Amino acid sequence: MFRRTEPTDCTITWEGRTLPARTGESLAAALLAAGITAFRETPVSGSPRGPLCLMGACFDCLVEVEGAQNMQACLVPVSPGLRVAMQRGARDFVEDAA
Amino acid sequence: MSVADEWTAGPTGSAPAAAQVDVLVLGAGPAGMAAANEARAHGMSVLLLDENAAPGGQVHRAVESRTPKDEQDRDGAKLAAAFRASGTDYRPGATLWAVEPATEGGGGKVFWSEGGAARSVATQRLILCAGATERPLPIPGWTLPGVMSVGAAQIALKTAGLVPEGQVWLAGQGPLLWLYAVQALERGGRLAGIIDLSPPGGLRRALPHLGRALKAPEYLWRGLQWQRRVRRAGVAVTVARALRAEGEGRLARIVVDGVAHPADLLLLHDGVVPNTQVTRAIPGCVHGWDPVQACWRPGLDLWGNTAVAGVMVAGDSAGIGGARAAVHAGRIAALEAARALGRITTDERDARAGPLRLLRDRQLAPRLFLDAMFPPLPPAAIADEVVLCRCEEVTAGRVRQAVALGCLGANQTKAFTRAGMGPCQGRICGPAVHGVIAAARGVAGGEVDPFRTRFPTKPLTLGELAALAGPL
Amino acid sequence: MSSPPSHTGLFDVAIIGGGMVGSAIGYGCAERGARVAVLDEGDVALRAARGNFGLVWSQSKGDGMPAYAAWTRQSVALWPALAERASALAGRDVQYRAVGGLTFCLDEAEYAARAHFVQRMHNQGQQGLVMLDRRQLQDLMPGCPLGPAVRGASYQPADGHVDPLTLLRGLQAGMRAAGGVHLPGAAVEAIDPIAGGYRLRRADGSEVSAQRVVIAAGVLTTKLAQMVGLDVPVRPVRGQNIVTERLAPILPLPASAIRQTGDGTVQIGVTSEDDGSFATGTTVDALSRMAGRALRVLPVLAQARMVRGWAALRPMTPDGFPAYAESTTHPGAFVATCHSGVTLAAVHAGPLAGAILTGALPEHARDLHPDRFVGMTDVSSH
Repeated sequence: MFRRTEPTDCTITWEGRTLPARTGESLAAALLAAGITAFRETPVSGSPRGPLCLMGACFDCLVEVEGAQNMQACLVPVSPGLRVAMQRGARDFVEDAA
Repeated sequence: MSVADEWTAGPTGSAPAAAQVDVLVLGAGPAGMAAANEARAHGMSVLLLDENAAPGGQVHRAVESRTPKDEQDRDGAKLAAAFRASGTDYRPGATLWAVEPATEGGGGKVFWSEGGAARSVATQRLILCAGATERPLPIPGWTLPGVMSVGAAQIALKTAGLVPEGQVWLAGQGPLLWLYAVQALERGGRLAGIIDLSPPGGLRRALPHLGRALKAPEYLWRGLQWQRRVRRAGVAVTVARALRAEGEGRLARIVVDGVAHPADLLLLHDGVVPNTQVTRAIPGCVHGWDPVQACWRPGLDLWGNTAVAGVMVAGDSAGIGGARAAVHAGRIAALEAARALGRITTDERDARAGPLRLLRDRQLAPRLFLDAMFPPLPPAAIADEVVLCRCEEVTAGRVRQAVALGCLGANQTKAFTRAGMGPCQGRICGPAVHGVIAAARGVAGGEVDPFRTRFPTKPLTLGELAALAGPL
Repeated sequence: MSSPPSHTGLFDVAIIGGGMVGSAIGYGCAERGARVAVLDEGDVALRAARGNFGLVWSQSKGDGMPAYAAWTRQSVALWPALAERASALAGRDVQYRAVGGLTFCLDEAEYAARAHFVQRMHNQGQQGLVMLDRRQLQDLMPGCPLGPAVRGASYQPADGHVDPLTLLRGLQAGMRAAGGVHLPGAAVEAIDPIAGGYRLRRADGSEVSAQRVVIAAGVLTTKLAQMVGLDVPVRPVRGQNIVTERLAPILPLPASAIRQTGDGTVQIGVTSEDDGSFATGTTVDALSRMAGRALRVLPVLAQARMVRGWAALRPMTPDGFPAYAESTTHPGAFVATCHSGVTLAAVHAGPLAGAILTGALPEHARDLHPDRFVGMTDVSSH
């Protein structure tokens, strides 16, 4: 799908898996570079979605970052060790608090 | 005390006193940077808000950290360097979400989010340089993971060095599609093929505008070069009418006029439209329908003033003209702001703006040719089952049902279908929903009201919003 | 479909206004076999229906006006049947849930004032309305992360909420399905008596004739009512709304000014700005105050994103209560106006529609005649 032309310098985790990444690049780019396309399941129908625009407009790249839900992966910069998970359905504050 | 009173009670004037600037510029693309530089040259205080981490906008994205490859990159790097040195109060990572124009005279208030906090500032002049967004290209299956826009892939290329590899297809039409193909190939990327969906007869439609377009022949020359380089690289170009994306849970194949090909990435593009999300939310800011580019544009005078005092627009968000035209428009708007604030006389403004106008007109010369070459794909051809509004998952069929129920425009349609009600607020689907309504009613686009955008034009947290009214 | 179709012949009823009130009456009349035309403006008319909060609500209605209280109770009782039909007609659940409704009290003073109000409503015949203290509220909504400021709430088990936009769609679809005609796109400029009825002249030059005419034009009612000899002072009162992104269930019961919709979004409202202006913009100042109060009810919402804010103009009469009348100088010309179009949709589509066809207003509506406004200064705030 995509191939990196620049070296990685850190790792992040996606759903518990370790992925190579580059500090400062967008989280969305790091996931795409690792071959991940489905970032979330929609709250309307549960269907899988990935990024469309990568410029902060479409809200299709929502993920859970360090426990915070509904984060736009294209606007979150990678930092070493970042823990990221799929956004499943609507944001859940009750689960957040638990 | 009524319930409504309880819900809005509170100390008045408890919000932190807003600072004051002469000019607030939105967007650090070519128009915004040029406007800020020019405004600073006339001694005005300038605050510039931009969502991205670094200046450049879309066309010069990450220009400071890349090695310049061509003249465009060099132009961008020069502009960004001048901007950095201009003395502008530059706020990267800042998202504007509301504008409250002054009730009389100049001077309004602008609200934005930065670093997780909402802020506001009073400004004499607001110059909106919000650029363009890609026109959506809704095909069956375009919501599958693995289907993205060409613009998105270009951002991944410029900011993260990601190049396409494997079964990667480009589909649609327009200059950006060819430019991206060339950029991707130059960086060692590979493409499975290009599906050219442009309506037949492009050259025939465009020819009458050739003479004018040749005032700036480099545009056409570049376009021809791009197409030649793509073909020389061995990338198959297929002219087609119908395209669909298929797969279980993610893209697996594309079907081109009935013929299936394996695919793991499909990049769509159907040209760009002005980003009018902010101007459409400002009461009294009049917009007009551009039947050629099939988009709404803010009504502007020669200087970039909208119908609302103190609010100006420059660059692609006023109508697609490209990066070079945007630079001149940004400077012209800043000159007018300088005149309005008494920094230069009317004669000085006119003398300085004259040459800029000539330069800008030259850059705009090829537009009619390009617009005739690549008219937007017809919304009437979108099948009923295709999702238009990706946030709320509303299909073209649902939108057509709403029209049959008497909805005349995008706003009643939104109320009846939820199309445009999700987090993106119609940014992505707006042109498609509008086009489908117009086609279903059998009227021109200008007769169909577009989504009325609302502040906040970008989501912000309730915590940020509440903090503006003071501590809880 | 590009030009408005020309409608010759005489409709049984023409309704001016395709909002919540006009659509409910239009649906009710069409369902009863009348030939109905609903006349509406264009895409960006001043629509209170769009700003509706979606409560089906009796707990605060009719203080000092027993007819309105009774009319409201009658509507709430008819609501389950309406919800079923409207869902079928809209092709989608209108999400009517009569789960009970709350009005939160965030300090001792608010609680005492609300308790006093509840007592007053009880004395005027409202059944079931009670005060709940914080512990009782927590028992009613286990797991709901109420903020420490929540002292208690008033609670009416009969109250509930609905998706007002799907309801509107259902009412209009039902009107059409029963043979009614929806004519959007042009305001009505004149109402001329003709033999056997009225002729309505519209801004686009088209004309519609009908035996009966119902003015249900919201904030624009006053001018139209004068054309049929009725004095119905209505002024616009702006209400601002906030809606968040979709959230997992967090607030099981709707409350006055905050509810979680069936789609998961949390809707927060609603200001009551009585400045006489027809402006429909929002103000950051009002939105931030509304957000602040919402966070005192549910502090976890601080991280929830607001995705949309909007304002709508509610039609307000001098005493804030609905007004219904048939003109004595223009028989067959009616007016209906209120700012509780959702709660009252069931009586509008039911008894009121039936009465318009037969000519005698129902009991409670008769007692809400605009004659009561003569000499009255504006006192309403609800």
